[in-house]
Order: sequence, then C-alpha cells, then structure tokens
Amino acid sequence: MAILDVRNLSVDYLAGECALHAVEGVSFRLEQGRSLGLVGESGCGKTTVMMALLRLLPQEGRIVDGQVVFDGRDLLQMTEAEMRRVRWCEMSMVFQGAMNALNPVRTVESQIVEVLLLHDAVDRPRAARRRAGELLEMVGIPAQRGRQYPHQYSGGMRQRAVIAMALACNPRVLIADEPTTALDVMIQAQILELLERLQAELNLSLIVVTHDLGMVAELCDDVLVMYGGMIAEYASGDELFNMPQHPYTRRLLEAFPDVEAPGSTLASIPGNPPRLDALPPGCRFEPRCDFEGRTAACGQEAPLPVEVSPGHLVACHWARRNL
Amino acid sequence: METQPILEVSDLHKHFPLARGVWGTLTRMPCRTVRAVDGVSFCVEQREILALVGESGSGKTTVGMNVLGLQQPTQGHVCFDGVDVAEWVHGRGVSVESNAQLSGVSRRRRVMILRERAQMIFQDPYESLNPRQKIFDIVAEPLEIHRLTASREEKAERVRLALETCGLAPADHFWSRFPAELSGGQRQRVAIAGALVLEPRLLVADEPVSMLDVSIRAEILNLLHTLRRERGITILYTTHDLATAGFFTDRMAVMYLGRIVELGPTAAVLSEPRHPYTRALISVIPAPNPRRRRKRQILQGEIPNAIDIPPGCRFHPRCPMAVEACRVSDPPLREVAPGHRVACHLA
Repeated sequence: MAILDVRNLSVDYLAGECALHAVEGVSFRLEQGRSLGLVGESGCGKTTVMMALLRLLPQEGRIVDGQVVFDGRDLLQMTEAEMRRVRWCEMSMVFQGAMNALNPVRTVESQIVEVLLLHDAVDRPRAARRRAGELLEMVGIPAQRGRQYPHQYSGGMRQRAVIAMALACNPRVLIADEPTTALDVMIQAQILELLERLQAELNLSLIVVTHDLGMVAELCDDVLVMYGGMIAEYASGDELFNMPQHPYTRRLLEAFPDVEAPGSTLASIPGNPPRLDALPPGCRFEPRCDFEGRTAACGQEAPLPVEVSPGHLVACHWARRNL
Repeated sequence: METQPILEVSDLHKHFPLARGVWGTLTRMPCRTVRAVDGVSFCVEQREILALVGESGSGKTTVGMNVLGLQQPTQGHVCFDGVDVAEWVHGRGVSVESNAQLSGVSRRRRVMILRERAQMIFQDPYESLNPRQKIFDIVAEPLEIHRLTASREEKAERVRLALETCGLAPADHFWSRFPAELSGGQRQRVAIAGALVLEPRLLVADEPVSMLDVSIRAEILNLLHTLRRERGITILYTTHDLATAGFFTDRMAVMYLGRIVELGPTAAVLSEPRHPYTRALISVIPAPNPRRRRKRQILQGEIPNAIDIPPGCRFHPRCPMAVEACRVSDPPLREVAPGHRVACHLA
C-alpha cells in the first residue's frame, strides 16, 4: 500500500471577492522508500501542493477538494492536534530557503534540540543533545560543530543542518523544496548524494520539488510535471525522460542544457506561464503550445489525464486521441 | 590576420587586507589579506564570448569588477581597447596620454567613455531594477546621464530599439509598466536593454541566468548569443554552471581559488578536460536522463578561504590525484594543446 496517496487535490487562494484556482485535480501516489520529483516552472503550484499536504497553507489558501491519505488516514479530516503529531514526526519538510531561516543568535544544536523536545521525540535535554549530535554526524557535520552559530557555517553546511533538523523525529516521508537552488554545483552534488544516501539508509519516502530536471533525473523514481496548477504528465523517471508525451514536457527537456552535446542550440519555451487570474479556458498550455497535433478542442476544453501506458498519465488532447 | 584583443588581463592580483582589530594593531600582528584574485591572465578577442567558470569564492566576480574599473588591481593590468583600465579610471598614465580620445579629457568624462564602451549585467533582476521606476525610465537613464540624445523622440526611439532587441516587443506595451508587473525573464531582458542602450562593445554578464527558471534561461542565453552575432558584442560570462556555459561560449576559463586552472576552447575543455578540478566539475553536472546516470566524482569539503591558500598547487588538498610534487611546487599554466592551457603537474 502506498504510504501517501493524494487524490484529486484542489487548492484555491482567496483574493478579495474571487477565488484563484492555484491547484486543480492533482493526484499522485508515493510508496515507502521511493522518491517522487515534482517539476514545474515558478508559479505552477508545486509548493502549494506540498503546503496543502502538511496543511500549512497561508490564511488565504483553501483546500476545496480532494483527499490526502497518509498511511490509511485522511490528513484533511484530522483535527489540528492530530495534524501536529503528523508534521515533523511522520512527514517532514525542508522548506525552500530554510537554510537562510536558521535563527542567527542560537547555536545549530540548540535549534535541533528545540525540535526534539517540542515534538516529544526525547524527554530529556541531555538525550536531545546527544541525538542532535547523531543527526549532525548523519548528514556529515562533526557533532562538536553543533555548538557553532549558523553564520559560522557555509551554505552547504547550513543546508545539511536543515536536512538533519527535518529528520530529527524519524519521519517516514521527507519533502524537500528546491533543496539545491542557490548552492554551488559541487555543493549541489554533495547534497544530492546525501539525500540519496539518507533515502537508502532510512528507507525514506522522498518528494523533491524543483525546477531542475537534472536533479530529478539523478534522484527520483517517478516524476510529476505540473503546469498552471494541473498535472501535465506523470510517469516513471525512465519513461518521462525517454518517452515524453506532453508537448510541455518535451519543450522543458529541450530547454535543459546537455553538457555532452555542447554547441547544439538550446530551445526555449516562448511566452509566460498563465496567470492565475487569467487562466485560459482550455488546456493551460495551449497559448504557448506549438505542437503540430493541436486542434480547436485544445482552446476550449481542459484535457483530463489519460493513461497512455501502465503508470504513465498525460493530460493532453493529442495523447488521448492517439490511445 | 592579427587581431588586437579587445580585453587583455595580465597577471591580475586583487588582495583585500583584513582589519586587524585593536589588539592586532597594538601588537603589530602581520596584516592578513584575502587573495581574491591571485595572478590571472587571459585575452578576449573582439566578438568572442569567454566563460569564466568557478564556484563561489573562486574570484570570478572580482575579475569582472576589475575589468570594468570598479576596483583597482593590487598588481597586474587590465587593458581594454588598448588602455589600462586602472589608469583610465584613476589617473593619467602612458596608455591614457597616448590615446587620442582620452588624453586631455577630464577624469569624469573618461569614466563616462569607459561606461559607454563596457557595461555589466547583474545576477538578480529582482534586485537590480529600481521598483519605483518605470521600464522606460530604467532603460533611458543611461542616455540621460551620458547626454546622448538630443530630443525626446530620439530617446524614445533608442529605448524602443533596445527593448525590442531584447525581445520586449512592442516596446510601448512594456515601457509604461513597473518591474513588479514583469516576470523574472522579462526583468532580466530589461536589465540587458539598460546595458545595451549605450551600445557598448563589451558586456560583463555576472551569472545572468542563475536566478531564472530553466525554461527561461535558454531565452536569455539565446539573446546574448544573438547580440554577439548581430552586433559583434564581446561578452565575458561568469557562471558556476558549466552546462549553460558549454552551450554558447567560444572559450572557457575555469577558476579555482583566485587562479585560472584550465583555459581553452569550450568544446575541448568539456570533451577533454585536463585538470582534475574541471573533470570533477563536469562529472557532477546532472545528465537529463536517468539512463545516463554517471559515477559522480564529488570533491569533499569546500573551496578553502582565500586567506590561507595551501602551498604548492592550491587544489592539492581536495585533489584525488595529488602526488608529492603538488604539495611543494605551484604548477604554472602551460599549453597542452593549441590554445588549451592547464595548470597541473599531471596534465
């Protein structure tokens, strides 16, 4: 059974009188010990989906439809008190830019200890400090450096510390939102390797939210491509990178520079992602789509995801017609 | 045909002294310095795109600052258009006096001539544009400062041309807006238009795409490529991303801790890297396909700080291949193939 089963999740943001549909009908499943990459441009709703899973949406956000079944229980039906026991202890998140949100006037160790005590993972401060040291060692930071302050750490070390903090209460699912953006290439590779190792050692289920397709190709078993708040394509990594079906996925892959074929032209996707207050009536990618298989239907009706091969979902009229 | 390089950097050093504090001053402790750039030499030909690749702390941005005369080198020279940039900006020297356009011109005017010829594009278009200025004013400001346009119509025409060259067409659709109304890619286009409106011959682009989404990066890089082709602009492109540098630059210089460790034609550097650092950098670029997952050669630790530079080859503490000679002597940059130079004992 899947540890996390998201069904038809829809999120609105209230802006004055009107509701903006930030996420519509997103579904995916995550098995224990597997990894999922959630890919899309800025503003496509990928962070909103993760915030909705943990029920951490800002005040204007509303989950209007759907279920989030975690280990057999629907998180959306839980009380706030029950939800608090899920967050961090069972499902934990490394937020985007969290490495810059560490408290500058407290030592790294004390910030991890605070998590452990707050979530009752340990009951004594001394045990908490020992556990904090273990966590730091686990992500490759010498335990004694826990007594230092965040400004004494480099960017890569701060990111490691934040990952250690997210793993403090032995969660089963770890969500990492843009874990390598703003880091140097070599440090990115170190973090990638760390996530790979932790996932194998702890049998973690991992969700990586990113716009970096390379990271997803390296790390993830399954990939979900989002566009304009909806699923564009959902498939195993191998199938998505080698047999992409959705025109958006294809363009995204063409736009990714490949160092083994330098000099070849780099394609870009003309136009901009749709604004939430002016969503196109049909397929959300239609205004930017230049695929020859386009029809009038693309501009009128939003395509529903169809299964083109086992486990490979595509939301495109063309794919549906060619079944 | 012998072409004069537009930009010639020779043995450039830029050291920043560290404050000693009260105790340090009283006890006359030796003054420590950050050796941000420590002996860098390269040339850029007219119409060439040179990538300066390196991690944070490698000194690539400092090189860019010195090229534009925003900092004065501790040692060494930067020659742009045959004139020493430090003399150009700060004082009179032989190279300024012997230049017909610059001799006998006030310092203020000389700096303005430099700015008309060399411009910079900054990393973050969310920070580099004034949020309270309209797009038109942002792009027109250089023209006003340099008093380059006689009439309002001429100014509008040049702003229109700059915006439309940068893919913001029709220009009047954009120029009355504020930066907040534009997407990240469009903002970076505005920043480039602001640099282009003076029609410079050299652009220093400091990580121009690292803040942008992958789908938009390609557009900005293609734009830079077009500018070179159609206007013959020379570009110095600094980045930490070998993959984007690989696809549109002519030559590539890989920097480590204030030095160039490898310099050569981009295709040669990427296909036959000779320096272990370059090899490691290339091996960690993610391949956009799970079937091509490679063995990553991850260097442990981070680039050391530029105060305590290791003796010998400065890369040896992290080098997987280091031998005894690397601990002792500093390898010079030497030619291993035509135009391909490497600073490594083992190359």
